[in-house]
Amino acid sequence: MSEDTLIENGTGEGAMRAREGAPLIDPDNPPFLLGDSMRGGYGAADILHECTIAAEKGQITVIVGPNGAGKSTAMKAIFGMLDLRAGKVTIGGKDITGLSPQERVAEGMAFVPQTNNIFPSMTVEENLEMGAFLRRDDIAGTMEEVYELFPVLKEKRHQLAGELSGGQRQQVAVGRALMTRPTVLMLDEPTAGVSPIVMDELFDRIIEIARTGLTILMVEQNARQALEIADMGYVLVQGRNRYTDTGARLLADPEVRRSFLGG
Amino acid sequence: MDILNAFVLLANFVIVPALAYGSQLALGALGVTLIYGILRFSNFAHGDTMAFGTMVTILVTWWFWSMGISAGPLPTALLALPFGIAATALLVLATDRAVYRFYRRVKAKPVIFVIASLGVMFILNGIVRFVIGPDDRNFADGERFLVTAREFRQMTGLREGLAIKTTQALTVVIAILVVIALFWFLNRTRTGKSMRAYSDNEDLALLSGIDPERVVVITWVIAAGLATIAGVLYGLDKSFKPFTYFQLLLPIFASAIVGGLGNPLGAIAGGYLVAFSEVAVTYAYKKFFAYLLPERLEPEGLMQLLSTDYKFAVSFAILILVLLFRPTGLFRGKAV
Repeated sequence: MSEDTLIENGTGEGAMRAREGAPLIDPDNPPFLLGDSMRGGYGAADILHECTIAAEKGQITVIVGPNGAGKSTAMKAIFGMLDLRAGKVTIGGKDITGLSPQERVAEGMAFVPQTNNIFPSMTVEENLEMGAFLRRDDIAGTMEEVYELFPVLKEKRHQLAGELSGGQRQQVAVGRALMTRPTVLMLDEPTAGVSPIVMDELFDRIIEIARTGLTILMVEQNARQALEIADMGYVLVQGRNRYTDTGARLLADPEVRRSFLGG
Repeated sequence: MDILNAFVLLANFVIVPALAYGSQLALGALGVTLIYGILRFSNFAHGDTMAFGTMVTILVTWWFWSMGISAGPLPTALLALPFGIAATALLVLATDRAVYRFYRRVKAKPVIFVIASLGVMFILNGIVRFVIGPDDRNFADGERFLVTAREFRQMTGLREGLAIKTTQALTVVIAILVVIALFWFLNRTRTGKSMRAYSDNEDLALLSGIDPERVVVITWVIAAGLATIAGVLYGLDKSFKPFTYFQLLLPIFASAIVGGLGNPLGAIAGGYLVAFSEVAVTYAYKKFFAYLLPERLEPEGLMQLLSTDYKFAVSFAILILVLLFRPTGLFRGKAV
């Protein structure tokens, strides 16, 4: 399914304006990963209101928005860490709304939490091994691929992950998630607390991962930089879809820039 | 010559007994620290788990005696040990099913687990006294000494003798073997690594597909094995009395906390530290100094820092000092 059928520039104000509201979903040809009209929250109150997030294979999809917009909540809902009161989640057309996060891992989803995303008192190599815990086949090949993607991890493979720098820990976290050979990689603010140089480096790696055909869904605080590498961007406000368009169009929209990207 | 005599004296009364006692504490503390690291609570029933395992081992030992089975120069209890471990493993798994699993499911706070373990402790306490009675039981047989004091004196011509009991040598050897096996398991096997991962970061372990209930079962079985081995070795070395095992809880917890709760290496170091402090502080050094010092300076008193009745004060003091100045323990475990 191409972007054009997913997104229509419905505002009619020319190419400079991004599409407002939720994406249009073709029910006969749904996107690879879809959280459709999700409603839910942690307690009695709803945080997400008819929120829809879709992501395609080989693309980077980024969720941005102000603090408390429900960005991480939307991602956790897709991963099953939150009970939905309405809406559904599908992967490759298969309904997985009722599955636990662990069962979703077996369905090909991988999740990198924002914090506590490594095993600090285990070595880098052991972290990767634990990522592949469910696999019974030979994991050496996948591990070599991860080392190719993050050469510094190979150098430090016998070092404790807890002793690495912030950027290297994030690499371990992403590497651990890749060890299951997932079809969907979800990242919750992967660049939180790392320097701009490390952030660029990490984004480069994420582009590389997407090129291998993975579906990447990412929540980002650094909205401008994230949208620059995004194929699709979702701007959430108070748990609702505010804007949905390609990264480039969101960046080009003066309204979006003024309200959400700091000018 | 006098210096050698002084050293042999110290070895006989401090170093050898403390090595054996330290090995027993280390094995006990390893069990406590594993439960703490993986199930995330301080298991107050550990001392009585040791007592239960030892009790079963004693009963099986008696049964072996009645059938005329013995292990020759080694204590018969070693043959009975696997039965003790198996029975204790079944017991702790049953307690986990009946008590702790419920609290895990409702995600109870650690303090609730601790109080629940206190209840388990009292029940085990009762069961052990009900079955075998509260009295002292001696179940050691086989060769009593590896080296007797007299043999040592004849061999070396020294005035002081060094006696090494079979049980002391066995304790140290078995402790070393058990520790090597445990570390191999934790660091080299898939299951052992998954236990460390679960201890390190529970949520991420779940995301990686590690089954928490399986980790819990394996942890209990290992803890039961460690508790029974520690209890039987202690009972062989000294004697078996249910109340003593309850009292062992203090030095064992002191060892685990000194080393850093949740850190297996720390538990071993802590065990020896507590044992050596306890024995060294309660030993009377009069004779030791008599060998070393010229006659004029020979000490009048016993030169004993603390009477042996106060030996528990030593663990307690170490515990308080560590909690005051280094709450995560020497080897940086989890904060208490």
